[in-house]
Amino acid sequence: MKDWRYWLAEQRGTLLALGIFIAMFAIYTSNHPAGFNANVVQTAANKGVLLAFVAMAQTLVVITAGIDLSVGMIFLLTNCLASWLVVGTPMQTTLGVIAVLAVGLLCGAINGAIVIYGRLQPIVATIATGAVYYGIGLLLRPFPGGSVNENLADALTGRVFDVVPASLVALLAIVLVIWVPFSRSVLGRAAYAAGSSETAAYMSGVPIRRGKFAAYTLAGLLAAIGGLFLTFFTYTGDAAYASGNAYTLFSIAAVVLGGVSLFGGKGSAIGAIFGALAFRTIGDLLFVFDFDPLWQPLFQGVILLVAVSLGAFALFRVRNRLEWFL
Amino acid sequence: MDGAVPLLRMEGISKRYGGVRALEKADLSVTAGSIHAILGENGAGKSTLIKAMAGVVAPDEGRMMLDGREVSFASPGAANKAGIVCIFQELSLVPELSVADNIVISDPPKRFGMIDRKAQRRIAEEALARAGAADIHPLALVKDLPLSRRQMVEIAKALARKPRILILDEATSALTAADVSKIFAVLKRLRSEGLALLYISHRMNEIAELADQCTVFRNGRNVASYPAGSKSDNEVVELMIGREYSHIFPPKPAAAPTTAAPVLEARKLSWADRLHDISLTVRAGEVVGLGGLDGQGQRELLLAFFGVLRGLSGQILIDGKPVTIASPAAAREDSIGMALIPEDRKTEGLMLPMTVRENLSFAALDRLSKAGIIDRAAEQRLIDDMVGLLAIKTAGLDIPVGALSGGNQQKVVIAKWLMRQPRIILLNDPTRGIDVGTKQELYLLMRKLADAGAAILFYSTDYDELIGCCDRVLVLYDGAVKRELVGAEITERALIASALNIHDAEIPVTQGADA
Repeated sequence: MKDWRYWLAEQRGTLLALGIFIAMFAIYTSNHPAGFNANVVQTAANKGVLLAFVAMAQTLVVITAGIDLSVGMIFLLTNCLASWLVVGTPMQTTLGVIAVLAVGLLCGAINGAIVIYGRLQPIVATIATGAVYYGIGLLLRPFPGGSVNENLADALTGRVFDVVPASLVALLAIVLVIWVPFSRSVLGRAAYAAGSSETAAYMSGVPIRRGKFAAYTLAGLLAAIGGLFLTFFTYTGDAAYASGNAYTLFSIAAVVLGGVSLFGGKGSAIGAIFGALAFRTIGDLLFVFDFDPLWQPLFQGVILLVAVSLGAFALFRVRNRLEWFL
Repeated sequence: MDGAVPLLRMEGISKRYGGVRALEKADLSVTAGSIHAILGENGAGKSTLIKAMAGVVAPDEGRMMLDGREVSFASPGAANKAGIVCIFQELSLVPELSVADNIVISDPPKRFGMIDRKAQRRIAEEALARAGAADIHPLALVKDLPLSRRQMVEIAKALARKPRILILDEATSALTAADVSKIFAVLKRLRSEGLALLYISHRMNEIAELADQCTVFRNGRNVASYPAGSKSDNEVVELMIGREYSHIFPPKPAAAPTTAAPVLEARKLSWADRLHDISLTVRAGEVVGLGGLDGQGQRELLLAFFGVLRGLSGQILIDGKPVTIASPAAAREDSIGMALIPEDRKTEGLMLPMTVRENLSFAALDRLSKAGIIDRAAEQRLIDDMVGLLAIKTAGLDIPVGALSGGNQQKVVIAKWLMRQPRIILLNDPTRGIDVGTKQELYLLMRKLADAGAAILFYSTDYDELIGCCDRVLVLYDGAVKRELVGAEITERALIASALNIHDAEIPVTQGADA
């Protein structure tokens, strides 16, 4: 086989998510009263990138065959924190951004330390830490409020050269600065290897623990970037419990739509980003077709179910039934 | 070699797993520029020895000297750094990564802190070419390759690490003949380049072709070391045999019941590339053994009968009538009445956190319940019977089964199936890791069940058991029945010879030429 075919096979999940997103977005804009214009794209991008950041965070952990149920809560906590800190002079604002990102890193590092060194199951560990992170967020913002440096917020939620949504540019930058180096580093490969076969990775002398720790820690950072953007969009901090949970669950949905295997070792954050954008478009589609928003959860569920079923086809080829349970 | 110090020396290495001793003061010396073959039966301690050498297990006592300096390895990575690279029987490849990713996995080439994919590709192509496997594409995912290609990748991966000592543990078991000859050429070249190679194989002809030096292991000890070719196959087999203890087996019936109609029969059973044209019969009252080296298809054969494998070809007959067994649930139905005592009781036989009572009644729940409600009194009676019959030692029926000893856990697995009064009992190496006393009880039970009319198919890796328990033994090699031994023909010599696929003619009692 030629090289490009291997590349294609590797990127199949990502390309499928891209295809689903483009199809859905094309239907959306062609039925939108204003059509495909910069305003429509900007609004969609601003809604989409929040989930995209959280889904990227989830991807890193899922690649190690783990799961992070605290991403939505880190997202909320950093939102609340940003509504206190990302204010004032440019200097103060910069320090505030750094502090918010540092808190995200710390949250992720705590998750990683508990899962890897404490040997707790990721699902339990992150439910617990997620509750703690939410609790801190609630103490910071018992009621919605606070503010943010509006110059920075407007710059990052507006448009670049009046065409491209700035939030998309920011998303691209984060992909280039965090995801690409991670996926090509030794630690990133260790994360993949640990997720695919931890025994084989151990036998091959791969730094499993460091790889997994890096994945959890960077997940915290990415969730914090999402939290910052939430603050830029809303100008407030709000410890909204339901919203945090929804982001956690939607991030898992986006990851699956994006072709990332929940069994670990396979998939890319870029796929998850398209998965997130596609998932977000479902609501917009209902809007242009004048459906009652009450239908949204049902449609999201159906689309997710269809996407997941596609991934289950491989089970039909299994010849030893015991492999169903591996 | 000129009388230099050995490259690696292991002295007095011991290792115990729980109560089982895997190695007992074993010694081994490896010299550069030679191929050293390690021989021994299943469980003789070969695998543990090389695991200790490769940093996978830490020995309980003894020392290792590399270049005359004492070393110890905390992990496989540490052993790799010292130049000791092992190709394990269970492959150590990461399935979701590409061939190239796997080949460089322990030390990928880096550029600006990131993995240099071009360099990685180049290293992978070189290594594949050196291993004679240039047909494998470096970008292919390992999970998409067939087993024989994966093994070639494993070998390429080992070569890419530039080892000083290369250990091959049954590394050719899945290879085609063409690949084996390529690998042999590679190994001989490596020897001439001054590497030390340790070669573990059950294939006598391979050892005869490759090895310079041989060491035989038995019961966790090295019992003999000799230059290759200085002993006949016969003598080697003698060295591998000979145990210090013997079990007490129940007497067999004078003559096997050859007249009874077969209860279980297979005709030309084949599955994927693991089972080839297997035909066999098991009669009521008969204990039929499955012999051979570990992993020659015995486990798959039992799974095939029990309805676990899909895409079987050939026929399974129960009481002379062809049947299709679509699942374990179908296999245990009264019309078939089959039970499988699995190899891995912890995952396939028991729910460890659940109670003894619950575990015992799982398989028979449908018989003990009416309209979905369990008849507690009937359950209790049956459980009491079984606990009595098997003498299960437990502090109570309501403690988790995980709290019992290994032997008693295995009794629970067997009792669970006996509660259905099966007519056909398949046993997959049931005595692995249990104490001698419990083993004896199981042998007695097996014979008792056969006398009561059950047809028993019994796979064991322990030759003594096959000799002591079975009326007939079928020896499997590479997924096919190589030989059937009946009654007095079942001897350790015959079992080992046919397991190694040497014909009797090749191991005459008198000295023959080397193979």
